[in-house]
Amino acid sequence: MAELDTSSGGGKKGGGKVRSKKQSTRVDLTAMVDLAFLLITFFMLTTTLAKPQAMDLAMPDKDEENKEAKLDIADNRTMTILLGNKNRIEWYIGLVDKPLTAPTVTNFGKEGIRKSLIDKNKEVLKMTGNPKKGLIVLIKPSDKSNYRNLVDILDEMKITNVQTYAIVDISDPEKELLKRDGIY
Amino acid sequence: MPKVKVPRKSTAIDMTAMCDVAFLLLTFFILTATARQPEPLPVDTPSSTVKIKLPQTNMATLTVGDGKIFFGVAGQPVRVRLLERMSDRFKIKFTPEETKRFSLMESFGVPIANLKQVIAMSGDERNKAGVQKGIPTDSTDNQLKEWILQARYATKEINNEEMRISIKGDAKEEYPTVKNIIDILQEQNINKFSLITSLEGAE
Repeated sequence: MAELDTSSGGGKKGGGKVRSKKQSTRVDLTAMVDLAFLLITFFMLTTTLAKPQAMDLAMPDKDEENKEAKLDIADNRTMTILLGNKNRIEWYIGLVDKPLTAPTVTNFGKEGIRKSLIDKNKEVLKMTGNPKKGLIVLIKPSDKSNYRNLVDILDEMKITNVQTYAIVDISDPEKELLKRDGIY
Repeated sequence: MPKVKVPRKSTAIDMTAMCDVAFLLLTFFILTATARQPEPLPVDTPSSTVKIKLPQTNMATLTVGDGKIFFGVAGQPVRVRLLERMSDRFKIKFTPEETKRFSLMESFGVPIANLKQVIAMSGDERNKAGVQKGIPTDSTDNQLKEWILQARYATKEINNEEMRISIKGDAKEEYPTVKNIIDILQEQNINKFSLITSLEGAE
């Protein structure tokens, strides 16, 4: 194993008999190799892991010219998520004036919005019977929400595998709803 | 006949070759690693579970934090071309020396009238908090829009590829600031862009 032979050469003992004495110039490189590989690992990981992650986001096209040409979608497939203040969210299904599911205040995380998203997505898929026609989520961030909330909710879309979602401006009745429930 | 004494072989292996390889690789990684540039506007990006890496070329980054917006575009030739275009557009002349210094700046956040002063500053001064006040985005003087537009032209001219835009926002940034940027981008029919996030730890 690791050894460092520091005995001073064979000298003039004559003859080629004492072979082992020739190794005297060898230095043990184990520690050096250890260090080198440690540094390699460090540089490899920092160069690849330091690159920031990018979340692609496609916004709905703003067609200013023909505003009437809008796609109608079934209200029982539409879930609206309102982002309020202090990392709280409120969601409902259907239209704001006659929601099919009463607005619920919840929070981010496993037990909060994710559970509702997964449940509702399953329900809608069962109802339509078409794997391409899942839940449609409208994300409406209010002025009181922050950027982290937006990224978190987009992340939830990826996690719960909701295919159709869009970021839409919040409307006044929805602001009222948030105010009523004290999260605006 | 006396016994032939078999010399006991040492278990030490010759590590010279291994050491050579290790240091060769080490040198390679050190040289290819780019030193992290200090940022004039440090932001704390929110975490997410996405694992798509951000491309490094043909990319403009909008850094948002504290209500201020900073702009940066990748690639030195693109930056040179961008400054030329901007100086035409705003009738401000830049010397070749200033252009060169500008091409080395990762990102900046000042109105174009003050750009000369920022270019003249040293790297340390430039990155001090509060020196750069952000690019104006008001409807009367929307310089950010101009920067984005000219950067797209410049990228197209130099690399003949579309420029992609990424938004690097601070987690605590209020939504209206972000919305403002998204609106500016949508005005130019950019409906696809990336949000920069950091990697989320396992839950």
